[in-house]
Amino acid sequence: MSGHDSKYFSTTKKGEIPELKEELNSQYKDKRKDAVKKVIAAMTVGKDVSSLFTDVVNCMQTENLELKKLVYLYLINYAKSQPDLAILAVNTFVKDSQDPNPLIRALAVRTMGCIRVDKITEYLCDPLQRCLKDDDPYVRKTAAICVAKLYDINAELVEDRGFLEALKDLISDNNPMVVANAVAALAEIQDSSVRPIFEITSHTLSKLLTALNECTEWGQVFILDSLSRYKAADAREAENIVERVTPRLQHANCAVVLSAVKIILLQMELITSTDVVRNLCKKMAPPLVTLLSAEPEIQYVALRNINLIVQKRPTILAHEIKVFFCKYNDPIYVKMEKLEIMIKLASDRNIDQVLLEFKEYATEVDVDFVRKAVRAIGRCAIKLERAAERCISVLLELIKIKVNYVVQEAIIVIKDIFRRYPNTYESIIATLCESLDTLDEPEAKASMIWIIGEYAERIDNADELLESFLETFPEEPALVQLQLLTATVKLFLKKPTEGPQQMIQAVLNNATVETDNPDLRDRAYIYWRLLSTDPEAAKDVVLAEKPVISDDSNQLDSSLLDELLANISTLSSVYHKPPESFVSRVKAAPRADDEEFADTAETGYSESPSQGVDGASPSSSVGTSSNVPVKQPATASPPAPAAMPDLLGDLMGMDNAIVPVDEPATPSGPPLPVLLPSTTGQGLQISAQLTRRDGQIYYDISFENGTQGVLDGFMIQFNKNSFGLAAGEALQVPPLQPGASTRTLLLMVPFQNISPGAPTSLLQVAVKNNQQPVWYFNDKIPLHVFFGEDGKMERAGFLEGWKSLPDDHEFTKEFPSSVISSIDATVERLAASNVFFIAKRKNANLDVLYLSAKMPRGIPFLIEITAAVGVPGVKCAVKTPNKEMVPVFFEAMEALTK
Amino acid sequence: MPVAASAIYFLNLRGDVLINRLYRDDVGGNMVDAFRMHIMQTKELGTCPVRQIGGCSFLYMRISNVYIVIVVSSNANVACAFKFVVEAVALFKSYFGGAFDEDAIRNNFVLIYELLDEIMDFGYPQNLSPEILKLYITQEGVRSPFSSKPSDKPVPNATLQVTGAVGWRREGLVYKKNEVFLDIVESVNLLMSSKGSVLRCDVTGKILMKCFLSGMPDLKLGLNDKIGLEKEAQLKSRPAKSGKTIELDDVTFHQCVNLTRFNSEKTVSFVPPDGEFELMKYRITEGVNLPFRVLPTIKELGRTRMEINVKVKSVFGAKMFALGVVVKVPVPKQTAKTSFQTTSGKAKYNASIDSLVWKIRKFPGQTEATMSAEVELISTMGEKKSWNRPPIQMEFQVPMFTASGLRVRFLKVWEKSGYNTVEWVRYITRAGSYEIRC
Repeated sequence: MSGHDSKYFSTTKKGEIPELKEELNSQYKDKRKDAVKKVIAAMTVGKDVSSLFTDVVNCMQTENLELKKLVYLYLINYAKSQPDLAILAVNTFVKDSQDPNPLIRALAVRTMGCIRVDKITEYLCDPLQRCLKDDDPYVRKTAAICVAKLYDINAELVEDRGFLEALKDLISDNNPMVVANAVAALAEIQDSSVRPIFEITSHTLSKLLTALNECTEWGQVFILDSLSRYKAADAREAENIVERVTPRLQHANCAVVLSAVKIILLQMELITSTDVVRNLCKKMAPPLVTLLSAEPEIQYVALRNINLIVQKRPTILAHEIKVFFCKYNDPIYVKMEKLEIMIKLASDRNIDQVLLEFKEYATEVDVDFVRKAVRAIGRCAIKLERAAERCISVLLELIKIKVNYVVQEAIIVIKDIFRRYPNTYESIIATLCESLDTLDEPEAKASMIWIIGEYAERIDNADELLESFLETFPEEPALVQLQLLTATVKLFLKKPTEGPQQMIQAVLNNATVETDNPDLRDRAYIYWRLLSTDPEAAKDVVLAEKPVISDDSNQLDSSLLDELLANISTLSSVYHKPPESFVSRVKAAPRADDEEFADTAETGYSESPSQGVDGASPSSSVGTSSNVPVKQPATASPPAPAAMPDLLGDLMGMDNAIVPVDEPATPSGPPLPVLLPSTTGQGLQISAQLTRRDGQIYYDISFENGTQGVLDGFMIQFNKNSFGLAAGEALQVPPLQPGASTRTLLLMVPFQNISPGAPTSLLQVAVKNNQQPVWYFNDKIPLHVFFGEDGKMERAGFLEGWKSLPDDHEFTKEFPSSVISSIDATVERLAASNVFFIAKRKNANLDVLYLSAKMPRGIPFLIEITAAVGVPGVKCAVKTPNKEMVPVFFEAMEALTK
Repeated sequence: MPVAASAIYFLNLRGDVLINRLYRDDVGGNMVDAFRMHIMQTKELGTCPVRQIGGCSFLYMRISNVYIVIVVSSNANVACAFKFVVEAVALFKSYFGGAFDEDAIRNNFVLIYELLDEIMDFGYPQNLSPEILKLYITQEGVRSPFSSKPSDKPVPNATLQVTGAVGWRREGLVYKKNEVFLDIVESVNLLMSSKGSVLRCDVTGKILMKCFLSGMPDLKLGLNDKIGLEKEAQLKSRPAKSGKTIELDDVTFHQCVNLTRFNSEKTVSFVPPDGEFELMKYRITEGVNLPFRVLPTIKELGRTRMEINVKVKSVFGAKMFALGVVVKVPVPKQTAKTSFQTTSGKAKYNASIDSLVWKIRKFPGQTEATMSAEVELISTMGEKKSWNRPPIQMEFQVPMFTASGLRVRFLKVWEKSGYNTVEWVRYITRAGSYEIRC
């Protein structure tokens, strides 16, 4: 039997709101109740029923608990939009909080805490004070959570009224559920405060451990999670805690089990007895395995965590590899994670079994899974030397099936195997060459070409094979072009006969004259010069012995791993990322709009440049962009010259020579992104960013001396870049004492020494001082620093411009992670970067903004931004006569709308 | 931080909101739009149950024709969040009396709002025991022992029950006849290679209990597991009885079981909730008795014909029998015509799952049955890729048989009034994921 509430969703033709209003004011109880239900139904489907506020609130004073709850639900949803009217409800709340029925007292306090209206908050304090001391544990446990709610709205009020102390008293409450909720509330308050509020002493520890035995499953999770911050004093205490927590491993609730595992792993660090540690590992394995029989979503969470656990303690599940074998009907996300763990657990002992499994998976339907299985075989080969041969024979068997993507994946991993075990398995090259013509993916092609080049002397028809690839050279992706270039040079050096000579001519010509890709061109020039000046030196460089690669299946570095293990069972452990990288809320930072947020950042963070508040995360993006040329040929590229062009050499050739230091300057502002971390700079840390002020472009740069001595004589140079940016004055940095830091603005002038090719945002910088070697680092040029103050267009001009440009000059791009929380704020922020607002219109629930900007030399950008307010995902369309600028432009816009 | 949710949404397959509840202020109002845009309307759906979009993380599960989406913006406890969803669904089902789907949600939305308010506060899960919640959250649409009473006059001590040490049982229950029903339900999971070697095999079992007992009884359950028996022998200082013992790899218990006591004494003692519940789950990998052996031979005769021969042997006691045996043999998509011969049961070709489905209603122990089939395929041009053979799957139930060999040795009931109880025990073994590669 079930309810028939669906009737409340049906609407009548007549004006709905007036009709509801009438019913809400009916003299009959039942009719009023039905009306409130209809209002809630309308609210659920997204209709705006806020205009009925007064009428609904009038129904609040009722004996009927069900009706009261519905009215409260309505209040939670609409109080914010009607703060003045919400006051009407206060009296009832206060009265309810003194009701003889504990359910009603608790309901009143619980609901009041959910209404985030300042005026109501004031009235909440007295009832809350009473309820924290209520005789009924149900009311106390509700009041405990309410303190956390209030702290979120008004932290000061909570501290002033002494609620924190009251909350701490509740830890000693005789009711375990009250204790659990108090712990949850305190832990949350501690999370958002920088001051120590909730510190677990050995006294509270024993109380919490006792409560653990008695409270509900969820309460156990709260207590265990808060205990995970506790640092045991010594091994004995750690053992004691572990002993009390271990029984939780048998709980049916997966969250209890994972939180218990978290504590045990943390405390194990302190335990010195190897017997105890071994015993604990033995105890943890079965519960972890049992998690794999839960719902697939829970399995996924468990597998992501197990992935971390086996990296830290490989012995725990060393004998359980079979439980990670994939079932045919497992969801794909479960299969992928199982595979990852199988690689980690693979050992000489079980490799035969594991290989049989991988081989089986490689014939399944899902392409991504099949690829991953093939890759897994390669990773096992690299990881387990003694099994390498067996892995290779499995790979060869798979190649023989001739399924296109299996072959390609196999070739990619075989290339890695060659690098791991040089001069061992080259006999299989002939088999690989048979599949040459099936290759159509860049990575597989590049791998095959690398193999041909590397072993040119052993492949009789290497020149023919390479030649077949060369025919399509101009159409190939950059990755393949680079490999072809290097492989041809290798071939020529190994077999300097006529055929290869012609090939090398053709390739070098192609790669220098007919390409726009600076990486390719620069590499080609280097080879060319090397070959023409000193072929022997070229041999030394190009055919140099490569370092042997190693297994990467334990990728996480130990400090990150420890941090993630301390976060077992949370999102952090699922993403394998530290919490601060995805949680936007910063400690104690007031809730504010973006601009206000930037303000507080300016005052609060000037000394912590590592916090990239602007969200552009420049350090990471620089990391990837600088990786691009280096990463893909990593297995093949000859060392130093090609990968890292001699920056200073190029710099010397430029007009503006290195300029000496003059006088100091100390601007302040938001923290700058770190470009040269102190670990790389031998103690010197450099943070910098391009900015535009008063119509000029400046390089806002700061130096921090973490070395033992004084650093002086700072000089800076910029490599040729797409915008010809160069220093317009001397860098002025005073001698830096150890531990001191300085920040300065360096005037920049554009269009000095423009590097040809498609514009990129890459800015290569060299900095030197008298004490250290020259430091090179990469920065990004945010295009908007060029946007002029004169970029505002009139409506008519915009429309005309838009029409006059052909359609192939229009480009669109999605920024999936950008959110526009308020149109006005976004417009203002864009205007601050000289992107000017022209008009806006609404299209269904989407807002469309029209904007304009202008680069020097009269390049206009006509911009259309489409987004729904508050929903992540922004679409940006642009029309401009200068198509080449578009990628860089989108980069800048994405940063600006973040 | 043990927070499990900032908001919870119930959506239908089209993405319409059926019900939502915001618990915290840190996620925006139209998070559903983001979910619809970036997950529901893309290939992302089903590729990963935890996704980050913008500053928020979405954790979602599909249950029948409903998506339950949890949105969080902090580093929430994911395990807790998913477990909460699972438990909440179980709670709703117990209130609706069975199904949980779009219609059930619409028909009970007032009740669900009320429950959502009660079972989670500010993102922290509270008491989710149906037994207790039904004491004070009642609706006309609900079968409840209290439905005759007016819903706005709750049981006076309800609040003490919610927060009490025995938060899953109410006091003052009276039954004329005190009975306990125990169901031992085992699922056998098997993965066998095409050569007949067992790659993986385990049993996941659960003990379901139905209690109709008066008062506040203390129960103690004894099984024939090795550790429990050894401990008992040690405590009573007498040699362990001989007989079949089994080794449990792992056990998990309902929250009513005293875990500390289990840890020290290896006894399962508890005060049970009233009515039906899952007392414990266990897992066994050693010494599993497989109820069925499957011996397939599949021959591809040229490009258009296949010969399939499957022999199934039952290896449990001759006096027992299996029910509802189904063998699913996958065949290629381009199957055109099939013909069968079976020694028992019926077989047919089911095109929607690309399998031959062979059903045998009753399968006695220590016997065997065979099916031979001929399959004709449509010849396709340029089909280079060979057919990847999915595994044969099997379904069955064998009453009064446990693949693990687990037996209930005793169930003791103590209550201060000293009444007599009647205990009923049933065993059944089912196929979990019973796969034979071919």
